[in-house]
Amino acid sequence: MTSDGDQPLLRAEGLTKLYGTRVGCRDVSLDIHEGEVIAVVGESGSGKSTLLGLLSTQLGLTSGRILYRLRDGAVRDLMELGEAERRFLLRTDWGFVHQDARLGLRMNVSAGGNVGERLMAVGWRNYGDIRREASAWLEQVEIGLDRIDDRPDSFSGGMRQRLQIAKNMVTRPRLIFMDEPTGGLDVSVQARLLDLIREFVSGYGLAAVIVTHDLAVARLLSHRTIVMRHGTVVETGLTDQVLDDPQAPYTQLLVSSVLQG
Amino acid sequence: MIELEDVAKTFVMHLRGGTRLPVVRNVTFAVSPGECVVLGGPSGAGKSSILKMIFGNYRVDAGHIRIRGPQGIVDMAEAEARAILALRRTTIGYVSQFLRTIPRVATIDIVAAAACEDGIGNAAARERAAELLTRLNIPSRLWALPPATFSGGEQQRVNIARGFAAERPVLLLDEPTASLDAANRAVVVELIEARKRAGAAVLGIFHDGDVRELVASRTVDVTAFAAREEAA
Repeated sequence: MTSDGDQPLLRAEGLTKLYGTRVGCRDVSLDIHEGEVIAVVGESGSGKSTLLGLLSTQLGLTSGRILYRLRDGAVRDLMELGEAERRFLLRTDWGFVHQDARLGLRMNVSAGGNVGERLMAVGWRNYGDIRREASAWLEQVEIGLDRIDDRPDSFSGGMRQRLQIAKNMVTRPRLIFMDEPTGGLDVSVQARLLDLIREFVSGYGLAAVIVTHDLAVARLLSHRTIVMRHGTVVETGLTDQVLDDPQAPYTQLLVSSVLQG
Repeated sequence: MIELEDVAKTFVMHLRGGTRLPVVRNVTFAVSPGECVVLGGPSGAGKSSILKMIFGNYRVDAGHIRIRGPQGIVDMAEAEARAILALRRTTIGYVSQFLRTIPRVATIDIVAAAACEDGIGNAAARERAAELLTRLNIPSRLWALPPATFSGGEQQRVNIARGFAAERPVLLLDEPTASLDAANRAVVVELIEARKRAGAAVLGIFHDGDVRELVASRTVDVTAFAAREEAA
């Protein structure tokens, strides 16, 4: 964490997304500070993925604005960034881990190539350096170096998610967005991935926004939790406060619906 | 160090037609550095709820809970999430009955990570972790394993080691000795006494009378704060 602790990294104000008359997300405001992990929880259709799309500028806003503090300290309105600037941000300062690895990886390119691609996008040219850096990150996410030349379509679900993380981490992002990163994985594979994410966010002081329907994921990884329903925020606060002492009727329903293991 | 003033807590059960469950009201007391205040009263009186409000995982419905942190006094009833987290990193330690296990992390690393938050180096943190685990009779052959597979008593002792690893000025203890044998209870009593001597403000709930007798500087009877449902 840096000493700029009181300045948010990202500030979202009144984010609204309408699809015709249907509400994707209405009037959501939040601050994200460096090193802070925020979970967005809710059921299917709650608007949590829409919110993630808006924050990461992959969806256009109907209204509201998003301010982001760049590495040089300048605070910019993301909607006013040029396309080249926005793409640069997405490729360097931000990461995105999708539930469906096919959205985050090129399935017909080798694991090493997937990681190396992001380095090349920020100007790395030396093949040996790129391969060395890619190898180091594959090792960190526990992918054996004997798999570096294999394509991710030959990987298991858990490995693909770990490869997505390596690909994102290689440019040392400050903010990472994750959409149900453990969705669809076996429980044992989930545990390993969660542990890896936990180590990365704390070890590298990453800020993260994690969309999940799994309250255990929120509890394990996040500092703060935002509960969404029908496109609006119904409750927000410290994660253990939201989960141990839920105030909103909907949050109480979510918490009481968790099966006790 | 800890000061509660007219604190109240009521649970509203929206899934039960909005039933209101008043827990406590007018909770007023303070804990000074170097003393151990024990919360007394029968089960269900709200002892644990009071600790959870001080730690910040229950919201405070009314009143103030003031804690002296490195940046001055923080009122947990009004503090933002980030301020509460900062206070937990620097000032408040909390030992519950149960260890919330983290998959795959070795026992020694769980305890050392807590010690690390004190800003001591990695090596010193591991040393402190090893010392605590030894004192709490966790055999060293188990240290490299995650505690998920340990017995209930072993997990509880790992939890205690973690809770005492970071030497915080405020220490909240929620039945840390429940289901421990006499030898391990005695170790916990020694650990608490050491924290008191170091000037920590300790607030605890203890099931066993003998532990309570040994560590308590004084007792606050929680039944005095009983909240009754007012007639509708």
